[in-house]
Amino acid sequence: MTVEIGHFALVLALAVSAVQLVLPWLGARRNDVVLMHLGDRAAGLQFLLVGVSFACLAAAYLGSDFSVRNVYENSHSLMPPIYKFSGVWGNHEGSLLLWALILALSGAAVAAFGQGIPDRLRALTLSVQASVAVAFLLFMLFTSNPFERQFPPPFEGRDLNPLLQDFGLAVHPPLLYVGYVGLSIAFSFAVAALIDGRVDAAWARFARPWILAAWIFLTLGIAMGSYWAYYELGWGGWWFWDPVENASLMPWLAATALLHSVIVMEKRGALKVWTILLAIIAFSLSLLGTFIVRSGVLTSVHSFASDPARGVVILGILCFFIGGSLALFAWRASALQQGGLFAPVSREGALVFNNLFLSVSCLAVLVGTLYPLALEAWDGSKISVGPPFFNLVFIPLTLPLVLAMPFGQQLSWKRGDLAAVSQRLLVAMGIGMVGMVVAFAMRGGVSALAPVGIGIGLFVVAGSISEIVSRAGRGGGGVGVVLRKAFGLPVSAWGAAIAHAGVGVMILGVAATAYEVERIANVRQGEVLSLGTYELVLKDVQRREGPNYRDTVAVFEVRRGGVLEDIAEPAKRIYPARQMPTTEVARITRGFGQIYIALGETGPEGVVPVRAYWKPFVLFIWLGAVLMALGGGLSLLERRMRVGAPVPAKAVRA
Amino acid sequence: MTRKQRRFTLITAAGIVLALAAGLVLYALRDNVAFFRTPSDVAELKVQPGQRFRLGGLVEGGSVNKGVGERVAFAVTDGKATVKVSYQGILPDLFREGQGVVTEGVMQADGSFRADTVLAKHDETYMPREVADALKKQGLWKEGAPPPKTQ
Repeated sequence: MTVEIGHFALVLALAVSAVQLVLPWLGARRNDVVLMHLGDRAAGLQFLLVGVSFACLAAAYLGSDFSVRNVYENSHSLMPPIYKFSGVWGNHEGSLLLWALILALSGAAVAAFGQGIPDRLRALTLSVQASVAVAFLLFMLFTSNPFERQFPPPFEGRDLNPLLQDFGLAVHPPLLYVGYVGLSIAFSFAVAALIDGRVDAAWARFARPWILAAWIFLTLGIAMGSYWAYYELGWGGWWFWDPVENASLMPWLAATALLHSVIVMEKRGALKVWTILLAIIAFSLSLLGTFIVRSGVLTSVHSFASDPARGVVILGILCFFIGGSLALFAWRASALQQGGLFAPVSREGALVFNNLFLSVSCLAVLVGTLYPLALEAWDGSKISVGPPFFNLVFIPLTLPLVLAMPFGQQLSWKRGDLAAVSQRLLVAMGIGMVGMVVAFAMRGGVSALAPVGIGIGLFVVAGSISEIVSRAGRGGGGVGVVLRKAFGLPVSAWGAAIAHAGVGVMILGVAATAYEVERIANVRQGEVLSLGTYELVLKDVQRREGPNYRDTVAVFEVRRGGVLEDIAEPAKRIYPARQMPTTEVARITRGFGQIYIALGETGPEGVVPVRAYWKPFVLFIWLGAVLMALGGGLSLLERRMRVGAPVPAKAVRA
Repeated sequence: MTRKQRRFTLITAAGIVLALAAGLVLYALRDNVAFFRTPSDVAELKVQPGQRFRLGGLVEGGSVNKGVGERVAFAVTDGKATVKVSYQGILPDLFREGQGVVTEGVMQADGSFRADTVLAKHDETYMPREVADALKKQGLWKEGAPPPKTQ
């Protein structure tokens, strides 16, 4: 019964979105406040209905109702409840339902927290948002219905893909989707402004918190995905320049550019046309990403449950929204008013520089990702574009960006003084240089690029914080005074400093990968494997039973200088339901570095193939991303305080 | 600076960066892409030693030899031709005889292929798209069918 309710709620949600698409738009045309306000109600109702639908599917999963085909194909009664729940979105249909849920949530959030936004803009925004919802709900109901029943119901499910039976699945897709789909709000705002024909600094003030929030989740989602791939795939890598990864990196680069250009628009009224275009592009890249991931047109190591036939429908949706919004843009953009003037060397100029390099590097990633498709369509030859290409292209294009970042942060609006800023950054440059020279002297057979990366990373971290230091230290005073002044600075100054420092921290983590130690060996019981300053001793090979799997565990003692430090237990795991093995990596964290041990299949006579790494400072890679998100969060806090407490959410009535 | 001048500076700067990026992309695309080839392609094209490409097909039944040390040898076939592959490292979890596989590496002088990457798939029913297309061309496999048996 709940399954039918879920299906029915989804159909109702489609009807409500259709209402939300038409009536607020009519209201905005006729200046009818009642009709415009209907959009808020509809958005809340749509969220409620999709929420009910999602809850029904989740109930079917938790109750292992195998009469539902989707549950039968992706679940198993012995799975722990958390994987049963996250299994809801571990498949094509369910992940689309999650997509629709977050889309509806975004609309409802605008309706609930956006009461300060003028009625017309809000009504048009919700109408555009509903158009996306209509497209995706139609797509779901006609091609990807998760509630399809089958008869007779089987006794047992086919199990969830074992690689997905992990905490990562519970966290990564929701975070990433909130980021991806959250960009739909920026898109809807932009299209609404184009329809309305009014784009000004106020628009930027309304749109900015939503862009920032989506960006924070996108950052966390990508970082989480990278960490998950790092420990789940067992290859020791954290970024493969795989099409599916690029699919999430492209919207991130565009959203990062948007995040910065919308500041210029808010503060100085400039870059209006560009910002609107960027908002459209960012969400278009989200849609492109959804298409790439769901259709599997590009061979990826992260392919799950892709379906080319249904993927093509997403391509249709993609073309409609990108084409439609860009046509509207071309038609209306020339009517937009010009913004304020600024000198090339100024905060605005620096942010333009930021946007230029971010969008060009995004374009380069796009070319590299889609080139195999284009070439195959052109002459039928099949190629793959891998890490060498992306490293060669992406690093030079982001290098100027990273180096300019601490300067841009300190330039003043309208007209900046580069010499004065450089002087303030002398200490940071010194730290970077010293770090580079020291690293170069101690490198010992490591690529010369690594010390350069360390120097740049240190400069960026120090340079990002130097704004806080120089602002607080101005006028002297004791440590206490400076500290008090530092904490008295606007939260947004801290936000920018921390987020930018996060970029530096990440660069340090990436540079440190050059120093990692890798050992591949066949190990027997009692044998010692040396790994940098550590020794790994294989003590025992054991079999263990899990709820729905069997483990072959290799027990290693981790020693340093003969002293026992820790026990590592990497395993080879087999899931009988699918007869599918997975590698369970053991990670031992020491400071910011990790010992990483993955097993191969145990051979005859108890020989265990082992791949072991010592990865110094590897955690910096993800810590950097977390700092970026934290910085973004601080900026978000400040906005709320400056605009005034948000209008209490009018109870979203349903 | 007038509005016109400012716009001119901006467009020039953007043009220069874009041109540089385009040059970089074209240069990188020349040397850093790997073509996908099937064993039949390798036989037909008489691939020169030292060439880097992706080799895809099915792991031939009974061909996997875990050997001594960390080297693994196996053969990749598409039904018409077969190429011997050697690989150092740990094979991915879903690497099995009779299953589709994509490897990347360099052709050796003795006609064998030295792989440095063996692509893992995440799903036991998943067939790499290139491999699927190649097998369909050879008439060995149809959409939705289980992978064909080799010996």
